[in-house]
Amino acid sequence: MQKQQEKHSKELKKCRVLGPVATIFASSTTGSWRLERPVIDYEKCIKCGTCERFCPTNVIDVYKDRAECVVINYDYCKGCGICVNECPSKCMKMIPERGEE
Amino acid sequence: MFDIQHKSKGLVSHGVSACAGCGLELIMRNVMSVLGEDTVILIPPGCSALFSGYGNESGLKIAGFQGNLENTAACAAGVRAALNAQGNYHTTVLAFAGDGGTVDIGLQALSGVLERRDRIMYICYDNEAYMNTGIQGSSSTPFFASTTTTPSGKPTSRKNLMEIAIAHDIPYAATASIHNLNDFKKKLKKAMETDGPSLIHIQTPCPTGWRYDPGKSVELARLAVQTGSWILFEYEDGRVTINSKLKDLKPITDYIEIQGRFKHLTEEQKAELQDYTEKYYHRYIKKLENMNIETEEHATA
Amino acid sequence: MVFKMLDGNEAAVEAMKLARVQVISAYPITPQSSISEKLSDLVAAGELKAEYVRVESEHTALSVATTAGLTGVRAATATASNGLALMHEILSMTSGNRVPIVMPVVNRGVAAPWTLWCEHGDAMAQRDMGWLQFYCQNVQEVLDLTLLAYRVAEDERVLTPAMVCLDGFFLSHSMQKTQVPEQRLVDDFIGPYIRKNTYIDPDDPMFCCDLTGSDEFTEMRYQQKYAMDNSIDVIEEIENEFEIRFGRKLHIVEGYKTEDADVVLVALGSMCGTAKYVVDKMRQEGKKVGLAKVTVFRPFPVKQLKEVLKGKKVIGVFDRSAGLGGQGGPVWSETSALMMNENCDIRNYVGGLGGRDVTIDNIEKIYNELLEIKEGKRTVHTEWIDLKENPMELRQVTKNV
Repeated sequence: MQKQQEKHSKELKKCRVLGPVATIFASSTTGSWRLERPVIDYEKCIKCGTCERFCPTNVIDVYKDRAECVVINYDYCKGCGICVNECPSKCMKMIPERGEE
Repeated sequence: MFDIQHKSKGLVSHGVSACAGCGLELIMRNVMSVLGEDTVILIPPGCSALFSGYGNESGLKIAGFQGNLENTAACAAGVRAALNAQGNYHTTVLAFAGDGGTVDIGLQALSGVLERRDRIMYICYDNEAYMNTGIQGSSSTPFFASTTTTPSGKPTSRKNLMEIAIAHDIPYAATASIHNLNDFKKKLKKAMETDGPSLIHIQTPCPTGWRYDPGKSVELARLAVQTGSWILFEYEDGRVTINSKLKDLKPITDYIEIQGRFKHLTEEQKAELQDYTEKYYHRYIKKLENMNIETEEHATA
Repeated sequence: MVFKMLDGNEAAVEAMKLARVQVISAYPITPQSSISEKLSDLVAAGELKAEYVRVESEHTALSVATTAGLTGVRAATATASNGLALMHEILSMTSGNRVPIVMPVVNRGVAAPWTLWCEHGDAMAQRDMGWLQFYCQNVQEVLDLTLLAYRVAEDERVLTPAMVCLDGFFLSHSMQKTQVPEQRLVDDFIGPYIRKNTYIDPDDPMFCCDLTGSDEFTEMRYQQKYAMDNSIDVIEEIENEFEIRFGRKLHIVEGYKTEDADVVLVALGSMCGTAKYVVDKMRQEGKKVGLAKVTVFRPFPVKQLKEVLKGKKVIGVFDRSAGLGGQGGPVWSETSALMMNENCDIRNYVGGLGGRDVTIDNIEKIYNELLEIKEGKRTVHTEWIDLKENPMELRQVTKNV
């Protein structure tokens, strides 16, 4: 069933519809809400994937084969801090978004 | 057919305007990852409607309909009936509503679906108050919790949704918690494969409504279970499995003292809540276990 | 063509069966109950291949029908009175999503006071919810207008749900000889359900009915208004087709002996049968009276009713609902607005409430009053035509003081 999502809408026929309907899949840049951002101490990271699993916005990727093993998409990260709170090796922390305090 | 303007890892958009640290957002992503594309979702107005979208933009990549607050289960029944009429028995029909839309205004429609044995999967994300309209108390708001309509704390305890589901003797019902996602996903899979109505009741920490640091959503869900405030169990074809049977409960203060909604509690009230929670927990565990004993006695008789 | 003895509810069921509805969700309520029962009988007997959802309320009944309709099938429900009132919130959901459901409404007054019997107050209360409304004079019209309503509602230029209103007991439970068309002819007329607008389909997903901002809401309401405006021409066109296929003429507004009439009464529903009888009777006495039977109340048939009422100086309008707090009943208000720039005297009559029969005598009394007004012999009319004497002194209780 995955195929339908891969097709680009330009190839398909557009038709006018009546009434409320949403046909565009889009994301708001919720990263702009952030007051604090999570940062990672890669030395201490055990690459367990806890932060990835609990991220409500699903924007954390953990790569076991990379030095900078945790990648966060800051376009959408709202800075909630769940990843930092749940990190078992305490290798993450929140830092203020604008300058040092 | 959706016009995909932004890429996403799953079926849920990354940038949805749920509050930072929202338990519901984590739930929605996990639900969609298990259920997949062959799903129709029914969403009432409320926090979950943030995922149905605004204007011509949706936050979900699957077919869906936003019904009214009290008819989520009924709308699901309509979709199921129409799919059946067209010979489609494979698509999962998911009703996804909050506590208000489930245990309060939507209870009648839900009862109808459960009694008729419609093949609907129902998830109640329970953030324990009417959060989208501004944190008013619901019948799922726990004892003593402060909301904008229970400002000095709710004087009564919560309605038990699972007991209502069990009273309908549906094939599958379970509670879940966001701190144990593997357990939640396992339950989602079972609910999805149930031939008949299934219900998952999942506690949904809400930083805005419960007034705590958004980083503590998962921690609070864990503490709710550890203090006996939220019990994890499954009801499967008349048999109960308790997933969170604890030897010792953590003190309730561990759970409530980090939440603003319990800030007004006096020491006496905290003690009362401790006493109430403990007694309720032990009584309820016993009740669930008795249910199995009765089932077994009946089977051997 | 087969003749059957059917009551109004059976005729509605017959039409729904002929339309091959695929999902049924109806909740019984007097005097609609036999519709719910007959439909379940048909499904149980295998005479109608449909999913029957035995719902727990009217609210759920219409919710099920609405989402089933969006999921791509022809869905059926029916209701009356308080059931229709309970559906109120969903009525707007159905019409706003442009789901073309056809729903028989068996007219009965809305409590309180509790009544089981006919009046139009239930349907009139829902007149602005974006549904088409047809009012039937007799059992044959129940069948014909229901079949017609499927074509109109599902037409691409309309895509608007329709209520087919039949008077409780007077039609729903009165047996009349009814022509029932063959299935083949109805199949040719209505055809299988084809989705023409938004839909719920896991193979081709879209999200229906999400939040709409003020930047688009007005336009979406306008689309509904535009459909309503279109529908009157569509009804006319399909009525012509109906006549060719089935040999019976349906009217949006029927002018009965109105051409040379001195006074005309505007009325809806089963009382039109009585009114026609009175017209014939009074004409034998040399009194030139006529009847404007309004079959389509939503959209309001501006052109058609104006045509019938053209040049009439004295017009009576019979409302079978109280229109509380208004200047008059809903039919009178609409007629008055229609004739705003015509120099005529339009009198409102209210009656037939809560099952009170609209009698020959009362209609005759109305016509005589209208004729006297026309001749300048009378200024006031009896607005509540069948009101008993001393209405304020109906019941007494003994109280502790």
